[in-house]
Amino acid sequence: MTPPPIQQADQIFVTLQHRVVGYLPIKFQSIADVILSVVAIVLVFALLFAITTVLERKGLGRIQNRYGPNRVGPAGFFQPIADGVKSLTKEDLVPRTADQLVHFMAPVLLVIAAFLAYAVLPVGRNMALVDLNAGVLFFFAVGTLVELAVFMAGWSSRNKYSLLGAMRAIAQMISYEVPLVLASIVVIMAAGSLSTVAIVNMQTGYSGIWPHWFVLTPWGFAGFNLFMIAATAESNRSPFDLPEGESEIIAGYYIEYSGFKFALFFLGEYLGMFATSGLAITLFLGGWAAPFSFLTWIPSYLWFFAKLLLMIAIFIWIRGTLPRLRMDQLMNFAWQFMLPMTLINVFAAGVWHFMPGGVIRWLVCAALLIVPAFLLSRGLKQGKKFAARTYRFAD
Amino acid sequence: MTATFLILAAITIAGTVATMAMRNLVHCVLALTLGFAGLAALYLQLGAQFVGLTQILVYVGAVAILAVFVIMMTQKPAQTTESIFSSFWLAGSLIAALVFAVLGWAIVSSSTSSRPLPPQAEAAVRPIGDALMHRFVLPLEIMGLLLTAALIGAVVVAMQEKRGTA
Amino acid sequence: MSSLTGYLLVSALIFSIGLAGALTRRSAILVLIGIELMLNAANLNFIAFWRYGPNAQALTGVMFAIFSIGIAAAEAAVGLGIVLAVYRHSKTTELDRMNSMKG
Repeated sequence: MTPPPIQQADQIFVTLQHRVVGYLPIKFQSIADVILSVVAIVLVFALLFAITTVLERKGLGRIQNRYGPNRVGPAGFFQPIADGVKSLTKEDLVPRTADQLVHFMAPVLLVIAAFLAYAVLPVGRNMALVDLNAGVLFFFAVGTLVELAVFMAGWSSRNKYSLLGAMRAIAQMISYEVPLVLASIVVIMAAGSLSTVAIVNMQTGYSGIWPHWFVLTPWGFAGFNLFMIAATAESNRSPFDLPEGESEIIAGYYIEYSGFKFALFFLGEYLGMFATSGLAITLFLGGWAAPFSFLTWIPSYLWFFAKLLLMIAIFIWIRGTLPRLRMDQLMNFAWQFMLPMTLINVFAAGVWHFMPGGVIRWLVCAALLIVPAFLLSRGLKQGKKFAARTYRFAD
Repeated sequence: MTATFLILAAITIAGTVATMAMRNLVHCVLALTLGFAGLAALYLQLGAQFVGLTQILVYVGAVAILAVFVIMMTQKPAQTTESIFSSFWLAGSLIAALVFAVLGWAIVSSSTSSRPLPPQAEAAVRPIGDALMHRFVLPLEIMGLLLTAALIGAVVVAMQEKRGTA
Repeated sequence: MSSLTGYLLVSALIFSIGLAGALTRRSAILVLIGIELMLNAANLNFIAFWRYGPNAQALTGVMFAIFSIGIAAAEAAVGLGIVLAVYRHSKTTELDRMNSMKG
């Protein structure tokens, strides 16, 4: 019995993999299975990185009223190839005083950590590399390796700007990791599982035409927004790009990197952004599930990548729109707004769980979130008088 | 005694030895992260997935980074050429070697050590969560209290005292 | 030699290395790290005994390791805070130099 064509298209990569692996002797099948998946992940996301660099430069160009790259290939879309050749052929400079081994290991560790995170992301139905029992925990554990890589890069370069950039980056990443984890806890509470595959499976049902995505509840919506703000800060994207603030500390922790190692840093940064976006999609936006019940005939992986491209577009839009924050604003925002809001959100998710379904549940949870958000952002600062700013060091 | 175990044990021990033997403090911490990662891999190999991942999250992500921050805030610009070991290093290493000898003797001669590997599944997350919420709920609450106290205590101890009333 | 012996020996070795470091290094930060290593060696023992124990469903070893990791984190935070405070007072983190109480 052959499954209907819709299902065939959905599972084409899974069946293809089984077909290819089936040709090998039994002894090598399990390892070939893993290698094939890893190669696929590396190729697909590296390609996505190449596409994103062009999209980002063109999108920013459009926002800033200029053209962006338009010379290589049709409408400049072969620009990443030119960039790749350029970074490969450039001289790889290492400062004489640098710590050679650590300086070399930093970009490698960053890229490895970024790729490891994809192991638990389900990019389609039956298309997660491993279904770990503690998949979300694995994702965050791997994410901490990024901090280590950033520190290694900044410290080993023996440059004050790179050290300052690394310290800023680590302080920022640690501060925003707390709200990031707390924002995803609401989903773990609702799904009752740390496995990414189980979390997506929870969201594949439909009421009428509407999906059961977690973002379509008050706590899910707030959690998604908080998660995305924290994810922007975690991946050092504008408006939280202080660690590499060009106008103050030149390029932060990768000031002393050139050639291919710089390209690796660039790759690692974008891969981190895709991975956190992918986790946001998995946790809140239903993973590979279609947004309406009548659209389920489109293969699941296409939905995942469509959502991922949408998230990337939002990231580019934000980068082109918002100015960079100050360091104290950044920290205050993390500890005085994000942290209390995520804690309140956990409480709201608990209330949601124990109240009977209906409109009242919606109103109570929404009120539980909107009132503190207003108070924390505007209300409590209304009567506050701001002292005149003093400049202690720059008169 | 599988090859995986031997490799992981070698990585872990190499990392910890390097931590205690290197001159540069930052190198020490980087070697330490290697040792912690090796330990986490050993936990994963033993089937304790949750503990292994928590180990990476807490030790590599928090403790090592914290140590690095303190090193950055306390290190002097000029590297000293004097010994990295204290004056009574001989006595210290003798004590440590003695401890290892006693422990090793106890382990090798013990009867429990020759226990075969029971065929059982790994520690899934759900039973751990259930245990934390039912049987171990009091220790969990005490742990939360301890961590809060440690958070406040660390901030109070490490905070710069304000000079004057400015 | 069964593999439980292997795990226990690795754990004993890590404990001894941590002890040696805590006893011999001059830097206060590394002494703290040595104590962390000893705690980690104990954790490895808990996990190994849990895995090879007769009653693995009770999860006692895993629970103890989890609580131990939490306590170690608290200990590291407070310990490093104390190192910072001492540094601010005596301008050094080397334990040999902190001898102002000596007659």
